[in-house]
Amino acid sequence: MRHFKSMLIIGLMVFSYSAIAQKLAIVGGTLHTMGEQGSLTDKALLIDEGRIKGIVAKDRVPAGYQQIDANDKIITPGIIGAHTHLGLVEVSSSAGTVDATADNVAFSPLGAALDVSYAINPDSTLMAISRIEGVTSAATGMSSTHTLFQGQGAVISLADVAELNSPLIKSQAFMRLSLNNDGADDNGGSRAALWPLLLSTLNEAQQRDGRPISTNEEWFGNTAKADINALLGVENGTVPLVIEVNRVADIRHVIQLKQQHQQLKLVLVGAAEAWMVATALAENDIAVILDPESNIAYTFDSLGTTLANAGRLSAEGVTVAIGANTHNIRLATQHAGNAVANGLAWMDGLAALTINVAKIYGIDNDYGSLEAGKVADVVIWSADPLEVMSAAEQVFIHGQPIKMQSRQTKLRDRYMADIKTRPARYNRP
Amino acid sequence: MNRNKHIKRPLLAMLCVAVSTLIACGSEESAKSQAPLVEINKNPFPSSYVPLPSTMTLFTNANILDGVGGHIENGSVLMMDGKIAAIGESVDAPVDAQVIDVKGKWLTPGIIDAHSHLGVYPNPATASHADGNEMTKPVTAQVWAEHSVWPQDPSFDRALAGGVTVLQILPGSANLVGGRSVTVKNLPNRTVQDMKFPDAPYGLKMACGENPKRVYGKKGGPSTRMGNVAGYRQAWADAQNYQRSWDKYYADYKAEKDPKAPKRDLMLDTLAGVLAGDILVHMHCYRADDMGTMLDVMKEFNYQITSFHHAVESYKIADKLADNNVCSAMWADWWGFKMEAYDGIRENIPMVHKAGACAIVHSDSDLGIQRLNQEAAKALGDGQRAGIDISKAEAWQWLSANPAKSLGIFDKTGSLEVGKNADVVLWSADPFSTYAQAEKVYIDGGLAYDRLAPETWPVSDFELGQPGEGDAK
Repeated sequence: MRHFKSMLIIGLMVFSYSAIAQKLAIVGGTLHTMGEQGSLTDKALLIDEGRIKGIVAKDRVPAGYQQIDANDKIITPGIIGAHTHLGLVEVSSSAGTVDATADNVAFSPLGAALDVSYAINPDSTLMAISRIEGVTSAATGMSSTHTLFQGQGAVISLADVAELNSPLIKSQAFMRLSLNNDGADDNGGSRAALWPLLLSTLNEAQQRDGRPISTNEEWFGNTAKADINALLGVENGTVPLVIEVNRVADIRHVIQLKQQHQQLKLVLVGAAEAWMVATALAENDIAVILDPESNIAYTFDSLGTTLANAGRLSAEGVTVAIGANTHNIRLATQHAGNAVANGLAWMDGLAALTINVAKIYGIDNDYGSLEAGKVADVVIWSADPLEVMSAAEQVFIHGQPIKMQSRQTKLRDRYMADIKTRPARYNRP
Repeated sequence: MNRNKHIKRPLLAMLCVAVSTLIACGSEESAKSQAPLVEINKNPFPSSYVPLPSTMTLFTNANILDGVGGHIENGSVLMMDGKIAAIGESVDAPVDAQVIDVKGKWLTPGIIDAHSHLGVYPNPATASHADGNEMTKPVTAQVWAEHSVWPQDPSFDRALAGGVTVLQILPGSANLVGGRSVTVKNLPNRTVQDMKFPDAPYGLKMACGENPKRVYGKKGGPSTRMGNVAGYRQAWADAQNYQRSWDKYYADYKAEKDPKAPKRDLMLDTLAGVLAGDILVHMHCYRADDMGTMLDVMKEFNYQITSFHHAVESYKIADKLADNNVCSAMWADWWGFKMEAYDGIRENIPMVHKAGACAIVHSDSDLGIQRLNQEAAKALGDGQRAGIDISKAEAWQWLSANPAKSLGIFDKTGSLEVGKNADVVLWSADPFSTYAQAEKVYIDGGLAYDRLAPETWPVSDFELGQPGEGDAK
């Protein structure tokens, strides 16, 4: 029965996909706007020219809108991958260049000047595999550079590349930094080396007062010019500093850093022991991107890890985002569901996948909620999206219903087909 | 050989005559002519498992998945003396039984993870803890995973909270032949022997494809898939030779000759144990073509591959796997981390099931093992959306019955059938929901985990005195 229903909708979408920039009305169901209007039923979500036009009663859809029946469905903003390497890796191991990793390069000894904007491959199969499951945009950055910073990440759209000139929503959208054991190991082997290096680097950048160093300018700082220039946005708070950190002692140092450099916009990633200082994080406006399934201490710097982390942080008012994965960023919904199973409020679980991520990366004027004027990245779910047996039935990016097809669905369809109807080479038993 | 024996016998007889007043040389004629029979102890590390104390318990008003395809929506299960004593729509409560009205909550068999490295790659994952891969030679059939298991790995307790009652701990996949696995009850104790599943057969871990060639490519080989296959075949050929030499030894002995026992070889002991059918082969294999090759190696050397693990492309050859009676132990949706995992699809598990082959949901992960029910749920949902008609009751076979079959313990556990071990999970809700949690976990009828009683939550030695000790995990 489910199968039958979803096929109807998909059929409709394939038809409408061919129409360009049409006006669409998603009618009925439950709309979780993630905005001031909260959750609504018996409404129609109007989409025009790739943006959300507004929400009206479901019997008040204006003329000229193609209506899409979403009765009994759940409608949410598209999922925004909070912490991914999308577009920077196709196959992780022993399969050629992985743009999510880099060797130390001379022009940027601290790694701050690395910029993934030039490395994103919108034709990666991960894009379709992720978007058909409701991931419509994502923050993407580097994983390992063996330097103090892991370069500047971007926020990208997962729209079909043919629809866009560039996948970039925002380049130089954040700066990555590891202050966990890995960060210590890459920077002298000790936090005693890591932290003074970080603090002196930030101080040098701060002294520039926003002025880039030109190539011919004399510069006597310890930090390379390219790195200083890349850090100016971090210093003035326009570029969030996304910090991988787990141990509560390290997190306390991050809180102190924020208190000393009030203008910094700080975001924690991982943050296994963050719950221990939840109040201070909330007071200092430090958001957290976490993995709600983390409850195993792989190192001595995450012994306090618990499934209750998300719920405890959120209860104290910390902005929590969920979705740290790449090939399986599509599982962010399951991760959020597990956070809910362990104490996070359901609506906060959905916010952790949508509006909270948009706020962290400063794109909430355009993304993260179903509100008039915002980009129409929308998902129609079969049921509660945080439930493992639910699925995205139709995804819209920039107001366009996407083809619900990926390399994986094609493989499935090839081998699901009766053996006689497979390609000739495969139809001999 | 015979000539030597004839020379030795008179010598021995003369010696006996000479020293007969000092030592006994045997009074029977036949015993005089034969050295004691050399026999290999196949169980030198026997299980010392002792179940938890159990109370006779009757669960009523339960939503029961019996694990073999049955679903009783409002039924009862009686546990007595550590076994399932009765199951049905209604079961009379024995006088002494504790009766628990579970009010519509779900009861299932305990989850069995056929692929785990808990204890051999314990946490914290320090280098000094990394005991799961003997990466010194491509064939290390002589190593036994149980000799690496650290029972204080806190991950056992996390898995218990996910409803896992039994797991197979395997060596890693660096080697063509990685070594013996061990099947344990998920009840950590002071030694691994205290956890060992009594009378469970041994398994042998083998690996196809990328891992062995990556690890040994610059260490003397194999460096290719064809090198891998040559490695397996030579190992089996050596095992056959070894088996023949022991067979001959026993035949000669039985014929009242006095043969010299072959030199004991721990590696070939294990491989010969597979050829004899005593040890079950669990083979890490991703690609359909790799599995196809191994099916022929299996036939060439006349052994059975019990299961392919990971088996990301089983959906391409599900018919062949069914024909050859080989299980596939799979993830719901892992893919893309290496080339041989590139063709992973979400419908792999239901497609294998649909083809009539044995499908198993496995973890290979200290996180995944905590929510294998959710992995099954994802696979079930994806299968249903693809038009494959599978019920929740049927799907639970992926979690208990089929892994039990692949581990050779289905006569003892893996379903809620009368006489089976009372390995039972009471779920807070439908276990195919993200929000369901294992509320009570029973192993052999003993209450091993009770989510509602935090003071009883297990805390490993390692966790004592550390941040987070005793916290909700």
